[in-house]
Parts: sequence; structure tokens; C-alpha cells
Amino acid sequence: MTRPELLRVEGITKAYPGVVANSDVSFSIGEGEIHALLGENGAGKSTMVKMIYGLVRPDSGQMTLRGVPYQPGKPAEARRLGVAMVFQHFSLFEALNVAENVALGMENPPPMRELAAKIRAVSEEYGLPLDPSRMVGDLSAGERQRVEIIRCLLQDPKLLIMDEPTSVLTPQEVEILFKTLRQLSSEGTAILYISHKLEEIKSLCDEATILRRGKVVATCTPRDRTAREMAELMVGQALKTPERRLGAKGEVALGVSDLSVASPIPFGTALKGVSFTVAKGEVLGIAGVAGNGQDELLLALSGELKSAPDKVRILSQPVGDLGPVERRRAGLVAAPEDRYGHAAAPDMSLVENAFLTAGVRKGLTKNGFVDWAGTRKFAEEIIAAYDVRTPGPDVAARALSGGNLQKFLMGRELMQGASVIVINQPTWGVDAAAAAQIRQSILDRAGEGAAVVVISQDLDELLEVADSFAVLNEGRLTKPRPTEGLTMDEIGLMMGGAHGMEVAHHVA
Amino acid sequence: MDRKWGVVVLRLEKRPTPSRFWLYATPPVAVILTMIAGGILFAAMGKNPFEVIRTIFWDPLFGEFAFYLRGQLLVKAGPLILIAIGLALGFRAGIWNIGAEGQYIMGAIIGASVGLAVFPTESRWIFPAMVVAGAFGGWAWAMIPAILKTRFNTNEILVSLMLVYVAETILAKASTGFLKNPEGMGFPGSRNFSSYPAAQNAFIYEPLGLHWGGVAALVTAVLAYILLTRHQAGFQIRLAGQAPRAARFHGVSPARLVVLCMGLSGALAGLAGMFEVTGPAGQISIDFNTGYGFTAIIVAFLGRLNPLGIVLAGFLMALTYVGGEMASTNLGLPDAAIQVFQGMLLFFLLAVDVLTNYRFRLAVGAH
Repeated sequence: MTRPELLRVEGITKAYPGVVANSDVSFSIGEGEIHALLGENGAGKSTMVKMIYGLVRPDSGQMTLRGVPYQPGKPAEARRLGVAMVFQHFSLFEALNVAENVALGMENPPPMRELAAKIRAVSEEYGLPLDPSRMVGDLSAGERQRVEIIRCLLQDPKLLIMDEPTSVLTPQEVEILFKTLRQLSSEGTAILYISHKLEEIKSLCDEATILRRGKVVATCTPRDRTAREMAELMVGQALKTPERRLGAKGEVALGVSDLSVASPIPFGTALKGVSFTVAKGEVLGIAGVAGNGQDELLLALSGELKSAPDKVRILSQPVGDLGPVERRRAGLVAAPEDRYGHAAAPDMSLVENAFLTAGVRKGLTKNGFVDWAGTRKFAEEIIAAYDVRTPGPDVAARALSGGNLQKFLMGRELMQGASVIVINQPTWGVDAAAAAQIRQSILDRAGEGAAVVVISQDLDELLEVADSFAVLNEGRLTKPRPTEGLTMDEIGLMMGGAHGMEVAHHVA
Repeated sequence: MDRKWGVVVLRLEKRPTPSRFWLYATPPVAVILTMIAGGILFAAMGKNPFEVIRTIFWDPLFGEFAFYLRGQLLVKAGPLILIAIGLALGFRAGIWNIGAEGQYIMGAIIGASVGLAVFPTESRWIFPAMVVAGAFGGWAWAMIPAILKTRFNTNEILVSLMLVYVAETILAKASTGFLKNPEGMGFPGSRNFSSYPAAQNAFIYEPLGLHWGGVAALVTAVLAYILLTRHQAGFQIRLAGQAPRAARFHGVSPARLVVLCMGLSGALAGLAGMFEVTGPAGQISIDFNTGYGFTAIIVAFLGRLNPLGIVLAGFLMALTYVGGEMASTNLGLPDAAIQVFQGMLLFFLLAVDVLTNYRFRLAVGAH
């Protein structure tokens, strides 16, 4: 099927101090085509679409839109020419309602009543149910994404850019989003779809452009390729699947029973009656859409959020009322999701950041005085073992790239010889090779007898490392089940289905 | 989102790592800028700016009366350093005790009260007991904003600041009432400690202006430096200031840190007040406090919140005090002009300080 060309990108290059984000990138998108832009973190996908959306200007190269030179100087210009974008991180005000949020993104918003009617009309047309008068703070992540999509659709775009749209959705919600996208495509709207999830791209996209280190390394038709082939194009090397060890499970190392705590985070999710146990040598994978209590669960396990003593037990010692220091002493280490400011202090050196959590278990204090020489040695060990790219242990944490810092922080927790390890998003923002290494270390620690809890939004990751599987949904945890034999459909149902979205498409 | 395009704009760009050069260059640059702006101010007031600057910065060290004025330097620098170090510990942790002046007053009143209560007993234990009482007075006064903050989440800046005025009222009451010298012929003010050796903070070495307060300031500077760089509590203070969530993850209790930092800074301010009232000031009087508690805020920042830097900054600020006094007596410069001059120093310091973490970039166009 040949389509008339909508957007052509030719020889685009963009360099930042010290890094070339895009180098001589060319591809084209036809009218109504769903085109995937595929690549690892840091491959230059985001910079590319920011240039198309007018947020960043290319250093050289040109773009044409329907044959006319296209050089948007700012997003408003791009929108006027029919290019819209849904960002990975939403820019919504939680304290305003849906219609007000949509109005804020418009140049000349119509009266509220009219706008609400329009929102309703568009949401029904595309099977994206949304009540314009609801407060955004009360919406789920999937519903918030609908606000962003509808905001774009109201502009009647010719090209819709979607940056990693499924990272916040349940499998069922993904299916419904895909239905909407296919409907848009059949009506002639082209979609530039950014992702690193290969199965999705296989099922949705007509064409794919694969980027590696800022360059186009391949273009392909995703339906004709296997996911593994595309992954290897993306990474540029053959991928190693982590080895699973089959060890006997030991006694229970971490026990959580009927844990309910209020969230300390504004618009956060309270934990409601969470119960599970993890045995020595077991990896429990906890899935769920972001914002369903993952952060709170990590806080409640790390000791930043306290509860009644017997709600949390480490090696059968009640620790619910103890803080992070005592819990580390009892044998638990934790790695929060947010690297900058929570897991690490960005302005402190790697040595100081090593001390941040390892002080207790590595015995790095004497009479309250810090053993900086010993801490430096530990930091150097982490850097060597986890291949952290840094000039040395004395640079500030914020000088490291996200992936490198994540490797350092994973190493910091995994190298403390803890009996219980809790990790939220272990490989977020890390390239595929490093992610494989981190997963392997998690399995290795479990093989050595540690009880591991991995909280992640990456289902493939969880299925790869976890022995048992549970889902956090609105602060409740499903009963953990053995990972072996779970189907995607079952997982989707555990994740709370599609929040009532099925109905919309039946009606539409 | 405001974007400018088509024009050349000066942009501030965050540095990947703080500049070491500007970290150390900031204080001297700020001093020079203060001299320039101060010179313009003095010129506008009809004074010869070079003469004023020389009187402030040069004469106390090398002028005609330097033999006496040099001693005055440590006398003024001592309390500034002592208070500033306490403040710096809190500032490092993101805890803003602005009311050191009040804690200084309360330390002086409580410390002096212990001595005056046992007058005229002679015992070598009296002065040490007064030292403890002085520290306690400042500590207790600082505990008010600390506890209000941890219990009711009040703002420690406002509460500590307002308590300064409460302390000043108590000071007035003390000097006209409960601590008034019974043999003072009705004049306000307490007995003078210079005539009560057991309770007096006498000079240890007069030519240098060294009394126990100066000793305490220098020892505290060294201890605070060790605390910040080597001790776990120092690490926690720095961590809490830079990344509060990481501090909680590390295991710092924010409430305990508030109590610790407010308490330490209060106790040090109280000590400074106690050494002052029993030494250079000599007695509790209505206008006993001279703003050391506020000036110490400038000293803390001028010293980069680093205890050793604070020692240098304390001496520099003492210089502007001593030189400023000279300028006002010899050249007829009003006190207010000197205070403006000192304030400029903080202003320029904070302004130049931006360059430590940011750099200027000329940019053309959008973004």
C-alpha cells in the first residue's frame, strides 16, 4: 500500500555539548501511516520528535510537511500546521478538572460549556470515555493519558506523535488505545509512535525506523520481523537471556501482613491490606500501572513509612515500627525508583552516595565517625563490578547519565549481602545490555538465598526474573501466583482490566 | 513557558558540577564589589570614598591605633564566629534559625543570672556554671521554634525572628527590674562583672583581645569542621539540606534534625551572649545586644557555611565593625551607612554565588 507522503525528514543532525543526539537522520511518514521510532534509551528518539514538534531546532538537515518546507520554531507553530504530541510525562494540573486542563493548552479556548461538549463528542467518537468535569487529581494514569490524547485530537491533527504511551497502561488499556490509534490511522491521521516495546510495535505499526546512538541503523516492516531481530538491531549485539537458577526455596524472609498505610505523597495512593511473603531464594514480581501504590509500598518496606510492628517482618523479626537504619541492620535493603533526590543525593559524590545506604551493613562508621577510606573502596568496587562509566568516585551523582547512575545504585544495594532486597523499577532508563546485567545480578542474589521483591511496570522484565507474580492495583495487592504458566490475559485481569474502557468501544 | 526568539538573551545555565573556582572566588569578589558600591555610597554622602574604605579596612590593622584595634578584632569576631558556626550547621541542613539575636540575649540573661544569684560568693565553679547556664538559655530559647516546627509545622524563620523581640523585652525588664544593680543608684543595668572576679570573663591575653569566648569560638570552629566532614551527624546535616527525601531514605528523622540543629545554634548563640555580658560588655543593660546575632547570618554565608571559612569571614566582618566605628567617629559617617555597607556584603555575596552553580550563556533564538 503506497500512501501519499506526509512528513519527510532528511539528514537531520542535532548535537549537544559532548553528545551528538541525532546524526544524519532521514525517514518519511505517509498519510495515515503508523510509523514506529524504535531505539534504546538515549538513542535519540526523544530529541528527534522534539525537533518535529518545534521544541528543539536541528543543527542541520531539513523537514518537509506535505512537500512544503517545515521548520517549526515553537510547538504552537507545529500545532497550527497539524502536528500534535502526547508526552510520556503528562503536563496536567491535578487541582483542575479535565475541561480546564484542556483549555489551558489551547490558544483560544472556547467557552467552558462548549468545550465540555466537544470533549464528550471526541471521547465518544474515539472510544475514550472521559468526564470533562472530573478533577485530574482523581484520574488514573490511563485516564490522564486520555486527557492528553483528547487535547491533541481537538486540534484535528495530521500527525500525532506519541512518546512511550503504553508505559502507564494495563494490557487491556493498551488494546483499547491501539483500537483508537488504528481508527485515527484509517481516517488519515499519521502516527509517529515511539517505543522500545517490540511486541506492541509488531502488532500496531506499519513501518519502523530504528535508531542507535543517534543514527538510523535500519528501517523495516515490523510485521515481517521477529521481536528478537529488532531488539538486536536496536542494541547492535546479540542479547543474552538471563539464566534462571532452580534452587529450592527456603524459609520466609520477608512477611507483610494486612499492611495499610496512608500515602505521604499528595494525590498518592494509600496501601490497603497488603499481604505477601517472600521466601529465601524467591523473586516476587509486583506489577501494576504507575501510581497504584508502588512508591508507597517501597516506603513502607524501606522504613520511611512506619506501621504497626508485626505488619512487616524481616526473618521473622517484627520491624514495622522501625526506621530505615534498623531495617538495614535487620537485613533489608531497598532501592527507590526516583534516582535524583530519593535514592541518591544528586550534588553529593558517588563516595558519599555509597555511604548513604551502605554505611550500616558495610560497617562504615566507627563511634559515629565515617570511614571515608572504606566507603571509597566500596564505591570503587561498585563502579568496577557494575561497569559504571564515570571519571572516578568523586564526581557528583548528577554528572552521571541516568543509566550509569542506576547501575551504581543497583550495585550499591545488591552488593551489601542483604537477606531481603526490595527494588522499584530496577532497569528504568538503562540500556538493554546493562538491564540484562542488572536482572542477572538480581537472579544471582536470589540464587545465593536472598528474598527479592521487584516492583516494575515492565511486564516482560517481571516475567523474566520473577518466580511469583502479584499486581498492585489502587493500593491493593493481588494474591501472588507462580509466574510459570501465567498468560498475558490473566495478568491483564489481575491489573484491574481496562477501567471500564471496553464498554466504550462496543458502543462506538 | 516564556520563550524569547530572534533576540540575543543572557541565559543562566546550570553547571553539571558546582564550580570549585567560584566556590572560593565568590567571597573576595563580593568584598571587592562591596567596596566599589560602598565607595559610591560614601561619595554620594559627600565623603572621600578612598579615605572611608582605608579607615575601615586598613587602619584597624596597620594604622596609628592598630595596637589597640587589633585586639578589638578578636573581641568582635569571637561572638560572630561562635554564632555563625551554629547557624551554618542549621543552614546546611535547610533549617533557618534567624533568631540567634534572641538566643544570644537569653544566653546572656540566664548566664548572668546564675552569677548574680550567688554574688558575692567566690568559687572557681561559678564561671563554669555560668557557661553551662548561658548555653542552656540559648538552647531553651531556640527550642521554642524547634518544637513548634516539629509539632505544628510552623515556620522556624518567622517564629525565631519574632522571639528576638520577645527576648529584647525580657532584656529591658531584666536591666530595669529583676537583675537591676541594687547599688546602682537607680540607673538601669545589672552589677558590673568587672568587679566580680569569680564570674568575670577576663582577657586571657589582652593584646590579642583573647578571652574565653574567643577560645570557645576557635575550638568550636575546629570541632564543627570535624563534625561536618568526618562524623555521621555532619553527613546527615549536609544530606538533609541537599536532598531531604534521600535523607529520610538514609534514615534521618527530620524532627530530630530540627531539634539538633536549632539546639546547637541556640546553645552557641547563648554561649556568645554569656561570654559577652561577662566580658567586653560587663553588665546586662537595655541596649546590651548589638546585632551580632543578625550579622552572624552574613558571616555564615560569607564563610560559605564552612566552619573554617567562617573564622576568616568573622574577622573580616569584625574589621568592618571596628573600622566602621572609626569611620563614624573620625569621619562622621552615620552608623546606618556602616550597616548598609555590611548588608551590601551579603547582597553581593548571594548574587555572585549564583556563578558557583550556574554559568552565563549568550543565546540567540528560541530555547
